Amino acid sequence: MLALIPLFPFIGFIINALIGRRLSKATSGGLACLAMLVSFGVAVVAFWRLLGLPAEARVIDETLFTWIASGRFQAPLTFRLDPLAGLMCLVVTGIGFLIHVYSTAYMHEETDHEYARYFSYLNLFAAFMLVLVLGANLLVMFIGWEGVGLCSYLLIGYWFDKQSATDAGKKAFVVNRVGDMAFIVGMCLAFASFGTLDFRAIAAAVAALPPEVTWGVLSTITLLFFIGATGKSAQIPLYIWLPDAMEGPTPVSALIHAATMVTAGVYMIGRNAVLYSHAPLTMEVVAVIGVATALLAGTIGLAQNDIKRVLAYSTVSQLGYMFLAMGVGAFAAGIFHLYTHAFFKALMFLGSGAVIHALHGEQDMRKMGGLRRALPITYWTFLIGALAIAGVPGLSGFFSKDEILFRTFASGHSVLWVLGTATALLTAVYMFRLIYLTFHGKPRYEGAYEGAQEAHRAHDRAAHAQGTHNHGGGGVLHDAPMAMAIPLVLLAIGSVVAGYVGVPHALGGSNRIETFLEPSFSPPAHTAPAVAGTHAEPGVALSGEGAHAEADAHGATHADTALELTLMVTSVAIALMGIGIATLVWLKRPHVAAALAARVPWMHRLLLNKWYVDELYDATIVQPIKNSSTVGLWKGVDVGVIDGAVNGTGWLVRGSAAGLRLAQSGSVRIYAAAFFVGTVLVIAFYLVR
Amino acid sequence: MLTDFQAIMPILIVTLSAIVTMVAEAFQPKQERAPLAGFGVIGLIGAAAASVLLWGYDKTGFGVVRADNFSLFVNLIVIAVGLLTILFSPQVIERERIPPGEYYALTLFAVVGMMLMAAATDLLLLFLALEVLSLAVYVLTGIRRAQFQSAEAAFKYFLLGAFSSAFFLYGVALTYAIVGSTRLEEIAATLAVSDQAPDGLVLVAMGLLAVGFAFKISAVPFHMWAPDAYQGAPTLVTGFMATGVKAAAFAAFLRVFLSSFHTLHDSWAPMLWLVAVATMILGTVVGVVQANAKRMLAYSSVAHAGYLLVGLIVGTRVGEAATLFYLAAYAVSTLGAFAVVAVLATEEHPHDRVQDFAGLWESRPGLAALMTVFLLSLGGFPPLAGFVGKWYIFSAAIDAGYVWLAIVGVLTSVISVFFYLRIVVMMYMSDERALVPTPAITRSAVAGLTLALVAVFYLGLLPTHAIELALTSVQGMF
Amino acid sequence: MDGWLPIVILLGLGLAFAAGNVLLSQFVGPRSPSPEKAAPYECGMPAVGDARERQSVRFYLVAMIFLLFDIEVAFLYPWAMALRDLRWAGYVQVLVFVLVLFTGYVYIWRKGALDWSSREE
Repeated sequence: MLALIPLFPFIGFIINALIGRRLSKATSGGLACLAMLVSFGVAVVAFWRLLGLPAEARVIDETLFTWIASGRFQAPLTFRLDPLAGLMCLVVTGIGFLIHVYSTAYMHEETDHEYARYFSYLNLFAAFMLVLVLGANLLVMFIGWEGVGLCSYLLIGYWFDKQSATDAGKKAFVVNRVGDMAFIVGMCLAFASFGTLDFRAIAAAVAALPPEVTWGVLSTITLLFFIGATGKSAQIPLYIWLPDAMEGPTPVSALIHAATMVTAGVYMIGRNAVLYSHAPLTMEVVAVIGVATALLAGTIGLAQNDIKRVLAYSTVSQLGYMFLAMGVGAFAAGIFHLYTHAFFKALMFLGSGAVIHALHGEQDMRKMGGLRRALPITYWTFLIGALAIAGVPGLSGFFSKDEILFRTFASGHSVLWVLGTATALLTAVYMFRLIYLTFHGKPRYEGAYEGAQEAHRAHDRAAHAQGTHNHGGGGVLHDAPMAMAIPLVLLAIGSVVAGYVGVPHALGGSNRIETFLEPSFSPPAHTAPAVAGTHAEPGVALSGEGAHAEADAHGATHADTALELTLMVTSVAIALMGIGIATLVWLKRPHVAAALAARVPWMHRLLLNKWYVDELYDATIVQPIKNSSTVGLWKGVDVGVIDGAVNGTGWLVRGSAAGLRLAQSGSVRIYAAAFFVGTVLVIAFYLVR
Repeated sequence: MLTDFQAIMPILIVTLSAIVTMVAEAFQPKQERAPLAGFGVIGLIGAAAASVLLWGYDKTGFGVVRADNFSLFVNLIVIAVGLLTILFSPQVIERERIPPGEYYALTLFAVVGMMLMAAATDLLLLFLALEVLSLAVYVLTGIRRAQFQSAEAAFKYFLLGAFSSAFFLYGVALTYAIVGSTRLEEIAATLAVSDQAPDGLVLVAMGLLAVGFAFKISAVPFHMWAPDAYQGAPTLVTGFMATGVKAAAFAAFLRVFLSSFHTLHDSWAPMLWLVAVATMILGTVVGVVQANAKRMLAYSSVAHAGYLLVGLIVGTRVGEAATLFYLAAYAVSTLGAFAVVAVLATEEHPHDRVQDFAGLWESRPGLAALMTVFLLSLGGFPPLAGFVGKWYIFSAAIDAGYVWLAIVGVLTSVISVFFYLRIVVMMYMSDERALVPTPAITRSAVAGLTLALVAVFYLGLLPTHAIELALTSVQGMF
Repeated sequence: MDGWLPIVILLGLGLAFAAGNVLLSQFVGPRSPSPEKAAPYECGMPAVGDARERQSVRFYLVAMIFLLFDIEVAFLYPWAMALRDLRWAGYVQVLVFVLVLFTGYVYIWRKGALDWSSREE
């Protein structure tokens, strides 16, 4: 049954890829949505069955066949559903389905052929993402890992006639390869150390070892995996591709570059939680990188003018939070944030898509403004998303972000807590800056009665966009059509209520999601993975790690509660303060922003240019590699040695062939003679020896 | 008695279907066309079913035929070869005006010979099977009587084939002279007992047997008939003999050399080592300069004989299983490629030169894609059948310490990619447009091509099942 | 090699004897050629026309068919000798053998290989 979950999107991909160009838009789009809906249905049923099992036996394994068997190396194609994978499956299929529906309207201007291509990619992505999520061993996960990378590349460069889009696609691919390389090495090392690639088997093997206090093999493996994760999940130092990836269609940004694929790194660490908790040194690295990324991306987000880029940096920043959670050992909190983030970030991307759609391709916030009245649905749903991400109490983001910050503090990382809280402030500020610039103030877009100057500058681009977006002319703005509005509303509802599965104990909740997820982060009670239908024996005591986590989750002491409440109040205050600052600067007194930028121009430039990281990489890594490649490798090794060898071989082969084919004269006497000589040689070989 | 007949049941079924085909053709009214291919298809499917039912029972028939898993596995390969050939045939028969009854009957008799060759445990019966197979294939080669090329090919093949049969028979006679029996197990028993260095005469006998087999698998220097015969024969017959005959000959080669002469492995392995290296190198190198697709594929089949020999030389069970797997992978890929060449030909134009494929992607994208898959599989590209086959064979060679053999194999594979890709490049990237043939492709040919395609991907993507079958089938061979 | 020496000597002697006789007759034999002596059949009909005349392909066909069924009989002799030992099993097997050949016979008959003149291709 598990195999069906990725199978349906894959079938959708096959159909759209093969005969999509002959289908109408309604058919190919409908097919893709249907595939996702059915997949979601199957995921729900599977999840339901999972919930029916006792908590410590919630594992469903399904081996399709042994993919590779070569001596000691076994790679069965096994899917595994456990609480972690189940949650991710629901997120991928559920939010994926909504984004597919949204896309049917968003991509409506494409030609039939392109439309089918888009949906085939999108379905393929969903299939690979589900393989990644459901894979029971590293190799199967890696198939999905590479597959989603490929789809991401294809979709970023979807408008391949645009140079910047293909460049961005290439950048994403190349940067990801750097991470993947580390992942592969880590995988090999893991196999060499444990003799298996199965997650549960590795966890069982690791659980028997003491935590690795000094640097060793566990730390190396986990660090290599983490480098892979920094590529996929856009963390320092490999985060640079994600903002550029906004060249892709907006629903793609929502699905791949916000809700699902970029969280794969976080998910992978969650999968290997036992391994990571035995490598405290790597954990520190993860936490520090996470919080540094969160802070850095937050500052850059402050100064960006492209609506999607702000969201992209916000994604990087939120991913940093998740890694922070992972790094301090709060795996469940990290996954919880991943899950809530999927809702509100997808919502905001789709909302920005609705804005861009309404403005015929305009992405610059300086040319927006005052859209609140024209696009009420978009505005209100977007606002809910922004409130959620800012951490306003009662919305989903509040619960998950607070959980992370509390766990950070509780685990003794007070410096990281301070930085995390600072990021929370930044988050609230740039999010509401975005809201105010886009939806409030005076309209500055083309066709509006004011702000003609900016409009003039934007004329060329907008006119170009109008060529392809040929509806709604004459300056009348349309709010999101039905197929776009429904996903927005559903996601907005999700952004509010999704958090209530994880109400902390301090607020009288029971934090059900952590209790639910915890078995996925503890070593298996049995060394052998449970097969579907066979329950683990009840009453088997959880091993140390699990029991500890259990105590953590259930038995929060009074002091903890007090601490948690204090921290909560602090962060709520911070969030409100951030919103306040934003209101003050960008709504009430718009000139303050300009004045600030003028006061510290270097700061503004630094942020606007993203700390010059791209330039730094270009100067220190890309150019040296390019130079040494051109001079040394290409002209020296490639042209000289390799081409020389290849051409030489070709020359040799052709030369000797010309000689040898002379023997093939067509004369049967010569053939017989060759035969006879051959026989004599064979006999002679024996007799002479 | 019952067991005897059970053991030969697959062979019996195909023989009956061949006879029925022959008689039905003789009795059909002048203008009517009986569905002759149907008998063959039924017979082959029946034989396949019988082989599957016999799996694991290891029955022996009449003391000289053994239906062990090994022979049954080979049965399945040659049945697949026969079935695909028959599926591709109707269009070609129509076009070339080949007498259908004889064509199908001879194909089926050849399959009988192949199955018997894999199952024979007596050198004399093996020889008989070899002749049943060879005679049928000689005639098939020259079945286009009116064509000069075809007749020439058949005659050359026949002459040299008779020559090689004589050597083989001489080897059998010498073996009998030394051992006093032609039964494989008795030969093995006798050779195993004598613990001193092997008698010179035994080695000569073994060498002569090897020559006979080497001719059939077209190993260098006994390969010279192959390019001429392959080019002259009707394209489908070429495909049939490049795959079926090779599979049967390799099956017998494996059985004789790894059961009877296994104790002398150290003696025959170096000789075959040289033959294998020469075969791989020559097949590849000369293949590079061929301008005719059929001739190119002929040299490719010579090179593949070299790779297959590696599996034999390794001599381990893994090597043997790898050889069987490779035979299956090679068979579907080669047959597919030949079938594409065959269905593209028209009455006026044989369409078998490399430049005839120019721009095929534009005119027949489906066929071009199929051809690409089959050629890439032959070249050993993942994730296709040919890659997995090569991988198993070469890894078996490395495990057994034949590192150099594996290196030569991999290097020649790399070079061989050149001539496979030449056609691919022609199809996709050439600016020229060859004369576009638009023959109607029969539904059965489409079915056959689809089957071959599925097999190439199945063996390439999910090889585990097949390789496990191959491994079980070689248990109990020696 | 010791055992082989007598054989080599025998071979040599045999060759020498044969070659010697042929050579000897060349040198010492009397020669008086006449047309009759030069004719292919010295004591038969005088030869008329060219010996390399084209024959109808049917002769070869019939010759080949004859050969096939002749060999059939050759297989039957040893079976007849061992009939008592082989018993019914042998009988059945030979019956199958003959049946197969009979099928072949029917085939060539239907295909017209036995018609001498009427059909043309």
